[in-house]
Amino acid sequence: MASTSTAPAATGSTATAPAPVRVVVPPGGWRADLRGVKVVWQRELIRFWRDKLRIVTSLVQPLIFLFVLGGGLSHLASGGTEGVDLRTFMYPGVLAMAVLFTAMFSAASVVWDREYGFLREMLVAPVRRGSIVLGKCFGGATVAAAQGLLVMALAPLVGVPYVPIMILQVLALQLLLAFMITAFGVMCAVRITQMQAFMALMQMLVMPLLFLSGALFPLAGLPRWLEVLNRLDPLTYAVNPIRTAVFDQLDLTAAARAALLPGITWFGWNVPIGVQVLVVVGFALAMLSVAIWEFRRA
Amino acid sequence: MSDGPRTGATIQTPAPAGAGDGGHPLAVEVRGLVKRFGEVEAVRGIDLDVRAGETFGFLGPNGAGKSTTISMLCTLVEPDGGSALVGGHDVVAERNEVRRNIGLVFQEPTLDAYLTAEQNLRFHAELYGVPKALVPARMQLVLEMVGLWERRKSLVSTYSGGMKRRLEIARGLLHAPRVLFLDEPTVGLDPQTRSSIWSYIETLKGQEDITIFLTTHYMDEAEHCDRIAIIDQGEVIALDTPEALKASVGKDRVQLQVDDDDAAIEALRDRFDLEASIAEGHVTFAVAGGEEFVPRLFAELGVPIRGVSVARPSLDDVFMSYTGTTIRDAEAGRQDPMLAMMRGRR
Repeated sequence: MASTSTAPAATGSTATAPAPVRVVVPPGGWRADLRGVKVVWQRELIRFWRDKLRIVTSLVQPLIFLFVLGGGLSHLASGGTEGVDLRTFMYPGVLAMAVLFTAMFSAASVVWDREYGFLREMLVAPVRRGSIVLGKCFGGATVAAAQGLLVMALAPLVGVPYVPIMILQVLALQLLLAFMITAFGVMCAVRITQMQAFMALMQMLVMPLLFLSGALFPLAGLPRWLEVLNRLDPLTYAVNPIRTAVFDQLDLTAAARAALLPGITWFGWNVPIGVQVLVVVGFALAMLSVAIWEFRRA
Repeated sequence: MSDGPRTGATIQTPAPAGAGDGGHPLAVEVRGLVKRFGEVEAVRGIDLDVRAGETFGFLGPNGAGKSTTISMLCTLVEPDGGSALVGGHDVVAERNEVRRNIGLVFQEPTLDAYLTAEQNLRFHAELYGVPKALVPARMQLVLEMVGLWERRKSLVSTYSGGMKRRLEIARGLLHAPRVLFLDEPTVGLDPQTRSSIWSYIETLKGQEDITIFLTTHYMDEAEHCDRIAIIDQGEVIALDTPEALKASVGKDRVQLQVDDDDAAIEALRDRFDLEASIAEGHVTFAVAGGEEFVPRLFAELGVPIRGVSVARPSLDDVFMSYTGTTIRDAEAGRQDPMLAMMRGRR
C-alpha cells in the first residue's frame, strides 16, 4: 500500500504519455508464419549490412584461392589444362566457395542468438518454429548470393565475359547452394551451444566437402576412392552446374572441355545437369526438414 | 473498446475465438501443476488463480520452482502433470493462442544487441503481427513509458543494464498482451534502477488493462503486489495479500528503551505474561496488536520507559513463520546439494 505513493512522480520524463493505442493481435495461421519468415529474413539482411567487416573478410579467402593459389600453380598446371588458364578453371569453384563460407556464417548466427538470448525471443513468438528456420535459410541464401555477386564481378579478371544468362544461372545456383549450406548449418547449430565448437565443426566438415567437390580440380582421371567420395559429396552437384554455366560462355576446344569438364557419371550413366540440380534441391529439402524437426523440439 | 476521439489509432480486429472482450475473469488458472527434471520434482502440484488486472507476485528463494512454473505458463516448458490456463487458453493445447496473449521479460537479456532499440521493437511487432498502421504509435507509447524514446535509434549494445531491462519491458508490452510475465525483473540491477523499474510498472498499471505476473526473491518488491504466493521447494505454502499474510503472522515486534532492562523483562513476564529478550540492545518482545498494547504498557509496566518502537511484521517474518527459515538461509542451503536433496525428499 505504502509503495504506490512514490511511483508516478518518480519519472518526470514519462509524465505525458500519448493516449493508449489499442492493439489486438490477429489470430495465427499461415499469414503469421509468413510474417515470421519475412522478419527473420530481414534481420539477417540488416545484420549482414551492418557487419561490413564480415563482407570484406568473407571475400578474402576466395580471392586468395583464386589469385594466390591459382596464380601460383598456373605454370605448374599449364601442361594439363589444354591451354586454359588455371584461374579460369578455378573461378567457378571459387564462386561456389564464396557462397559456402558466407552461408556457414549465417547458420552460425543460430548459435550466436542462443548465446545472447535472442533465440528465446523468437522461440516464444506465436509463429511456427519452422518459419524461423525457413527465414534463417532464406536469409543465409540471400546474403551469400550477394557475396557471390561480388565475386562474379571479378569475372573479366580471369577471362570470363559478363553474359546476362550466365549471371542469372550462376546466381540461381548460388542461391540454391547457399540455402542448402545454411540449412545444413542450422541443422548442426541447433545442438551446439558454443560458438567455438560450431566453428570447429564447420571447418572440419566444410573444407573436406569443398575439396572433394571438384571446385579446385577437374573430375577427370581421379583415383577410384576419390571419385566415390566426390560422387557422395552434395557440393559436387552444385559446383559442376556452376562450372558448366560459366564454361558454356567460353570458347573452349573439345579437348579442353573433355579434360576440364568431363561431367558427372553414376555407374557409367552421364548425369544430366537438371538431375544434378535436383540432387541439390533434394539435399536442401532434407536438411531443412531435419533442421525444422530439431528446432521444434529445442 | 469503443472508438473514441484519441490521438492513437484504434483498431478492432475480430477477437480470436474464446478470447472475447473482458474475457475470462481469471488471467491465470493453475491446477495441480507438476514438473519433474529426472528425479527432482521441481514443481509439486501447484494451484493458483490470478485475477484479471491484478499484480501477482511469486515469491521464493532461488531454486524454489518459480522460473520453472513461469516457463510452463509461457509454454516454454511442458508440464508433467496438472493443467494451466493463461488468458483462458490451455498452455499445452493452445500454445500459440497463449503466446499471442502474453508478454515476457526474462531474467536473461533476449535483445539483439546489434540492432537498434527501434529495430528490436519492429522485429517483435512483426513477429506478433501488430497491425502495421499501429506500430509507430504503439512503439512511441511503450518507449516513452520506459523513458527510452530519445534513445530509440541507438544500438542496444550501447545501452546500460537497466536500459536493456526497460527496453525488454517495453518490448513485452508492444503487442498489448493481456498478461505480462516478469521473471525477476530487477535482478542484478542497482537499487536506483530497481526502483525506477517499479515506477514504470506502476505507470503501466495505470495505462494498460493488464495483469502482471512476476517472480522475485526480494521481499521488499513483493510489497508492490496485490497478492503474493510464497513458493518453497516446489509448493505454494501461502497465498494472500501482503497485508493479510503479515497479519497472519499475528504479532508485532515491540522494542523498549528502559534504564533497567532486567526489571522490564521481569515486569513483562509478571504482569503481561510476555517473554522478552534483549535484541539489538533493546528489550524486545512480540505481541498481537502492538500499537494498542503500548498505552497499557505505559500504564501498567511500573518501570520507567524512555522510548518504544512497534514494527509490523515484514514479509521476511511471514516467510520465516511458514518455512522456519529466512529466504536468505533457504538460498544458502540450496547450494548444498546434499541438503537440497534431503529437503526435496522430506
